[in-house]
Amino acid sequence: MRLRVRYRKLGKVRFTSHRDLARCWERALRRAELPVASTEGFSPRPKVHFGLALSTGHESLGEYLDVDLREPEALAVDTEALPERLTPLLPPGVDVEAVAVIDRSETSLQEAVTSCTWVIEVPGTSPEALAAAVDTTLSATELPVVRERKGKKVADDLRPGILGLTVVGPTPPDAPEQGAVLEAELATQPRSVRPAELLAAFDPPRTEGRVRRTHQWITSDGATREPLSPGAPSPAPAGACAP
Amino acid sequence: MNGLWPQLEPLLAKVAKPARYIGLEDGAQRPDHAPHKVAWLLAYPDTYEIGLPNQGLQILYEILNERPDAVAERTYAPWVDLEELLRARGLPLFSLDTHRPACDFDVIGFNLSAELTYTNLLNMVDLAGVPVRAADRRPEHPLIAAGGHCTYNPEPVADFLDFVVLGDGEEIVAEITEVIGAWKASGRTDGSREHVLRELAHVSGVYVPSMYECSYDGADLVAVTPRHPDVPDRVEKRTVPDLADFPYPKRQLVPLTEVVHDRLNVEVFRGCTRGCRFCQAGMITRPVRERPAEQVRTMVAEGLRRTGYDEVALTSLSTADYSGIEALVGDIVRSTDDGPPVSVSLPSLRVDAFGVGIATQLQRARRTGLTFAPEAGTWRMRQVINKLIREEDLYSAIDAAYANGWRRVKLYFLTGLPTETDDDTLGIAELARNCVELGKAHTKSPSVTVSVGGFVPKPFTPFQWFGQNTVTELRRKINLLRDDTRRNQGVQLKWHDPKATQIEGLASRGDRRLGPVIEEVWRRGGTFQEWSEKFDLELWVEAMAHHGLDLDWYVHRHRSEQEVLPWDHLSAGLHKDFLWQEWRDALAEVGLPDCRWTPCYDCGACTGYSIEHIVASATPPAGGSQGTGQDLSGRSVPVTLLGRAPEPAGSAVGS
Repeated sequence: MRLRVRYRKLGKVRFTSHRDLARCWERALRRAELPVASTEGFSPRPKVHFGLALSTGHESLGEYLDVDLREPEALAVDTEALPERLTPLLPPGVDVEAVAVIDRSETSLQEAVTSCTWVIEVPGTSPEALAAAVDTTLSATELPVVRERKGKKVADDLRPGILGLTVVGPTPPDAPEQGAVLEAELATQPRSVRPAELLAAFDPPRTEGRVRRTHQWITSDGATREPLSPGAPSPAPAGACAP
Repeated sequence: MNGLWPQLEPLLAKVAKPARYIGLEDGAQRPDHAPHKVAWLLAYPDTYEIGLPNQGLQILYEILNERPDAVAERTYAPWVDLEELLRARGLPLFSLDTHRPACDFDVIGFNLSAELTYTNLLNMVDLAGVPVRAADRRPEHPLIAAGGHCTYNPEPVADFLDFVVLGDGEEIVAEITEVIGAWKASGRTDGSREHVLRELAHVSGVYVPSMYECSYDGADLVAVTPRHPDVPDRVEKRTVPDLADFPYPKRQLVPLTEVVHDRLNVEVFRGCTRGCRFCQAGMITRPVRERPAEQVRTMVAEGLRRTGYDEVALTSLSTADYSGIEALVGDIVRSTDDGPPVSVSLPSLRVDAFGVGIATQLQRARRTGLTFAPEAGTWRMRQVINKLIREEDLYSAIDAAYANGWRRVKLYFLTGLPTETDDDTLGIAELARNCVELGKAHTKSPSVTVSVGGFVPKPFTPFQWFGQNTVTELRRKINLLRDDTRRNQGVQLKWHDPKATQIEGLASRGDRRLGPVIEEVWRRGGTFQEWSEKFDLELWVEAMAHHGLDLDWYVHRHRSEQEVLPWDHLSAGLHKDFLWQEWRDALAEVGLPDCRWTPCYDCGACTGYSIEHIVASATPPAGGSQGTGQDLSGRSVPVTLLGRAPEPAGSAVGS
């Protein structure tokens, strides 16, 4: 049986790396005494499949992972109760919001997710100035960048990966550095556009302040959905910045 | 409250591995500070990854936070990138638990486990906004304290410490808290700092360096004497008589990011009487105090359940010597049978087939590498250091290891030992080659890694009088080994930097005159000296010269019986004449048995404090008394078992 879990990563814990959090998850699943399936072989590993990596320092309202459970023990697991059972076993700031059984034939998270919505604080600018930069960016037909891949410099175009940009307004009063807030939908395929890359392509180039992923999206056959089926509760609306 | 968090938050986005500054570990506490509570900041002068697992710090963290009159938080050395940002913005060192400024605490207590961290100690004190020299501090500044193995010779850092704790900390922190609590209640008025330090000097186990005067005759230290009649001539270490009274840590910290020894650690006994003459830890932590097996089982079971770790280490200086280790290991393995796979490890493995048998029983999955520490390459050399492992022992261990599926073997050795000849040094290569040959019976390409460290004589060991080998001599010996093993496929040689070994030696046995040297190295940016990429010998050499001190005199000179040693006014319980006799016996290649299983030879550690070994059995462990040079297998020998009446054979007693 495969479970898909949606969780948040907010506050101080955002400074843990993707790999750190993966290890926290493995410990939490052991502590929850769930019948997690293991790989075969001399050093068995739990079958936990993590979704798209979240950069160290970024927050998220919508992180996902898949866990395979052994059968028949899995049938005795109360999936409804799992969010409340798992959250106390995870670091403060990591909150499990929904757990649902998914079909084993579903494409893995890393392959299935096609885009993410980000809320990005951009220090040192105003909403008006940022809106002008957004207009320029969106009206460009291409945004050539040079990136390093396996030690080689490769020319690339960011523009196709920018699916939507909206200036939300000024930064909230608790922001460490004042500026404007941008909401961006950025593609993850064929390759990801990172918030920092987007801001570096602005004119003038900008750097990111606090960054929060609010949604991950799967677009297939023209339909867009979130990785957990509609039955599962939806993440909070974008832009609601929790402390 | 979050203290400095809002200011720190934007900095953490700019530094490497920011997870080490956020706290939030499982087991972390968010204590409520209050005017009537003494606030301790427990500090480790190295990075979080090295410092977090420190068990001593974790034990005190829990004991203090359980007290109604104390709170404790933790801090570690910020890496250079964060330090630079903190200094640029005028932000101080902070606690991880509530991100409170370090100077808001009443006492900052450092764990000193390695001499090369001394400059980090100064850096952290300075970053806390506290004058680095104790003499310059005022009542508003926290008290700066230190404990841990290095404090058996705190003289090189005496100028920077208000007080020093010798020995086990479990009981003494309560007494210190009470003294500091009274100081805090009195309002820490002008001049009160001197008063509280005087009071602390009355607590047994506390050494207040400023209450002692050092006198010299030319280069020679003549005496270290108390300045006041009520201050003890000699400060004795503290020893917790029974580990069973302190089942700590009860909630071991589980870090969110990777650290060294990232596993559940359960201390099964403290102290060691094998009597290896180079080993400071074995000498200063006597006597042996075993934790009852029942308590160990409970701590393992509860610890695994609470932390979610899949690995537990049974820690001590020589875990295979724990009474009834086989039964204990069997119990732990069985108790984890029906859950997810758990691996149990012994950080120090006995060099014989018995040790490997236990390791095999424990490590049913992931049999990757086994580590042994024969320490010296020839029987003659091992008699000198009193690590009486016979070659048969080592070979039976190696054979058993390969036969049981291990493919990589690591051997630890010391070079630069007293009386060491080139034959002894080359004996290391010979042993390694023979181990590879043994492995070939079991696997096509056996691999033996030989790790060689330069020997540093330590205070309160029989080798404290020995003049350390020079960098040139150590390098020559390493080159001998390198040339001798070059053509041996299967033998990989690794060695420590002899230059760092030299400075470790300087700080280990130095006196108070090194204070300005350490301060100068720190002021010139010499932090993280225990990190090979940051170590800078030139800084030390120049600072020594600048202060008119002779590195050679401090490190490489043999010391005489009459010489006043910088730590003579401190005591680890060991009689100086016992250590001297051991030094003579070492030179005569005479071994000394393990007193757990033989009559007492009065080293002083028990008799001086009216305590004794707490062991569950007077019978040496199965496989005989390996390492003592005596065959005591299966024979009960006359030692006294203290406290509670012995339980039936095979189970542990406490007292």
